[in-house]
Amino acid sequence: MNIDSITNGFVIDHITAGRGMRIYELLGLDNLDCSVAIIKNVTSKKLGKKDIIKIDADIDIDFDVIGYVDPGITINIIRDCKRVEKLTVSLPEKLINVIKCKNPRCITSTEQEINHIFKLTDKEKAEYRCLYCETKAQ
Amino acid sequence: MRSLIDILDFSVEELNELIGVANDIIANPGAYSEKCKGKKLATLFFEPSTRTRLSFEAAMLELGGSVLGFSEANSSSAAKGESVADTAKTISCYADIIAMRHPKEGAPLVASQNASIPVINAGDGGHNHPTQTLADLLTISREKGGFNNLTVGFCGDLKFGRTVHSLITALSRYEGLNVVLISPEELKLPSYVKKDVLAKNNIPYKQTTDLESVMPELDILYMTRVQRERFFNEEDYLRLKDSYVLEPKKLKNAKKDLCIMHPLPRVNEISVAVDSDPRACYFKQVLNGKYIRMALILKLLEEAKK
Repeated sequence: MNIDSITNGFVIDHITAGRGMRIYELLGLDNLDCSVAIIKNVTSKKLGKKDIIKIDADIDIDFDVIGYVDPGITINIIRDCKRVEKLTVSLPEKLINVIKCKNPRCITSTEQEINHIFKLTDKEKAEYRCLYCETKAQ
Repeated sequence: MRSLIDILDFSVEELNELIGVANDIIANPGAYSEKCKGKKLATLFFEPSTRTRLSFEAAMLELGGSVLGFSEANSSSAAKGESVADTAKTISCYADIIAMRHPKEGAPLVASQNASIPVINAGDGGHNHPTQTLADLLTISREKGGFNNLTVGFCGDLKFGRTVHSLITALSRYEGLNVVLISPEELKLPSYVKKDVLAKNNIPYKQTTDLESVMPELDILYMTRVQRERFFNEEDYLRLKDSYVLEPKKLKNAKKDLCIMHPLPRVNEISVAVDSDPRACYFKQVLNGKYIRMALILKLLEEAKK
């Protein structure tokens, strides 16, 4: 299977197999006009299988959010068909509308307009708590 | 805009400043009787309360201000489906400061994010009740002369008791604290409070189901009510509600200067016979609650001017 190489843009690599679509949705890639490829179940020496996303445009993307979903991801920045930088993702300080609070006593359970915001409370354990009721993310 | 949503919104220095102002109000009430002249406090109580709402209202009236508001969700626009955010924006047009109680956790935070005036959390479900903690701190400060090197026993519903969580969090910032947790198995302090507050701050604590065995160690005994409104299951409430009843005979081995506290209202967890014991401080707590709320209203209105 051949996917064209990209000229200027990003290659999101080492996505845990099966999570490609989730990353695609979280980054809002469906809103882009440029070429975007999701390649699933690519053979990987490190992971066995992995997903890859290629974005053929030099655009501003907030990659922080994917650190929560899949912290092993690497992001390759491509310029003139060459990789100029390789980034690893870290856990974001805040997650906005990525996960929902499950506490039935939380204000977010009844008021639909409120953003579901979680803040990073323990970096080592990757623990997030709801900004409003402090319930731990499941 | 500065608000008070969580007790940790204020530094230890700010808490000491509030306690200092409250003590000055107690000593010189006349000097404060017109400090809030022309100012309005909106008490937005989406859940029934006698003590907290009237304490806020009395505090504002004693500062020379006036009050408006509602005391149950049915008599507010919430009954028509209005959001907390819209209510906060609306009330900002009428009042200078808001005190809000709401059954949903985080509702006062939402209000503070949308109001253009200070918001005081007057209790959000089982989550936080910072002004009760302020009242508790003022009481401990006045009865014990400070906060360091105290052994504090918390007894009753430590699972849903928001006053317990807030007070433990507030006291964890002082030195020499020892905590004794007395509760039935089903109402033990949540593990996240033990981990995030007690363990994180290296505060020694022990858990027991036997109040009398630990009584001689305590400088402060903080009793709590098993709250019917926090249970989804009536059977569980009925089974646990009478777990601890403090009676004069149980105080036989207690320290002479023990300070018995309770956020009130009580049902039967402290026998009325204990009220005449000089160590009973729970009605002093009520009075202190009014004074510390006066100090808080003054501070937040002052900061809103800046």
